Amino acid sequence: MARITAGIATSHVPLLGVAADQGKSGDEYFSPIFAGYEWSREWLAENLPDVIVLVYNDHASAFDMKIIPTFAIGCGESYAPADEGWGPRPVPDVEGHPDLAWHIAQSLILDEFDMTIINEMDVDHGLTVPLTMLFGAPDKWPCKVIPLAVNVVTYPPPSGNRCWALGEAIARAVDSFPEDLDVQVWGTGGMSHQLQGPRAGLINPEWDNMFLDGLVGDTDKLRHIPHIEYLRETGSEGIEMVMWLIMRGALGRETRALHRHYHVPCSNTAIGHIVLEPVDGTVPPSTTIEGNNSAAKA
Amino acid sequence: MSGPKDIHTYLAEFDDIPGTRVFTAARARKGYHLNQFAMSLMKAENRDRFRADEKAYLDEWKLSDEVKAAVLARDYNALLDLGGNVYFLSKLFSTDGISFAEAVSTMTDMDFPAYREMMNRGGRSPEGLRSIREKR
Ligand SMILES: [Fe+2]
Repeated sequence: MARITAGIATSHVPLLGVAADQGKSGDEYFSPIFAGYEWSREWLAENLPDVIVLVYNDHASAFDMKIIPTFAIGCGESYAPADEGWGPRPVPDVEGHPDLAWHIAQSLILDEFDMTIINEMDVDHGLTVPLTMLFGAPDKWPCKVIPLAVNVVTYPPPSGNRCWALGEAIARAVDSFPEDLDVQVWGTGGMSHQLQGPRAGLINPEWDNMFLDGLVGDTDKLRHIPHIEYLRETGSEGIEMVMWLIMRGALGRETRALHRHYHVPCSNTAIGHIVLEPVDGTVPPSTTIEGNNSAAKA
Repeated sequence: MSGPKDIHTYLAEFDDIPGTRVFTAARARKGYHLNQFAMSLMKAENRDRFRADEKAYLDEWKLSDEVKAAVLARDYNALLDLGGNVYFLSKLFSTDGISFAEAVSTMTDMDFPAYREMMNRGGRSPEGLRSIREKR
């Protein structure tokens, strides 16, 4: 059976991709950021999953305004890095896991999460920067990746509660996959940042650290934070943090933090990342009519 | 979600945030062609054509004169008001060869060195910038 072994949440600032690609990760400006990932890289090398379900958002790269899927899952064989206006990043293609991805997609739909299915797309910094931060610059990414794209650009994005519940449904889906696979779920984006208007540059370390705290243990208070609070407290782009809640939901009832790092600034953004492990990975039974019967709850 | 489920109440709160244009459906509709124009700059040949004659390139799109003027002036706050979204407008930043942070600084009351200095010192505090109504 497949199992969820760990979760990682991390910012995905495009400038970090540029710094890594141009060999600037040791510069004075960037080294405190890259140094913060060293522990996680070593840990990950020893605890490599077979597959990562990588939750991210597209930034007007693969999706334009023509189609705006709220939740979309990549079921393809592979994904090339997107050209975001200055040529694609010189990083390897991302290899998918179509068997597990289709299994998750089908299971989620039966579980009443009506996913958009993507067979072909390019992936932008939202997906490739986390891979770079946690794997460095290998010739080939060391595991397979299932992209899970969330709309956090056009309002309303999904609620934090819905994201958390989607994570729980992903856990149920992984659990029913017959192959023996280690799966990690990553949530990306954030932390506080505002890229527009006269309030641009907003950073809120107190709130960000409250959010990091809330991912650990058996509390689920973060799922109840309304969008307006993200907007007021973390800037117009801080809403990306709802994607971290998909990761957190997938880890079940209780988590433990293995590593945590926070740094300001990276360009316009507060950088944060956390490595979590499930302590009690149980998730509630499906809330569908079929799943929500006494047998499923027993 | 705690917080309003009624869409009118949900949207009404967004106008209470100082110096911020939330990318609502209304803005997405208003700015549809502006954002799609910006998206077209993802292709090198379109960037070249735009650079060669900005006005002529803009004339190929369903854009109002107001939008065209704001693009030509790189007036990003005006473009936000006209329904532009920063991730789409960023295609214009890269066409101009300026960094995201520099372009963002033009929307504030600071020049780029001052903005960069603010970021290096830990960014803009949310103090007093959370709510117009509640002055917090
Ligand atoms: Fe992002």
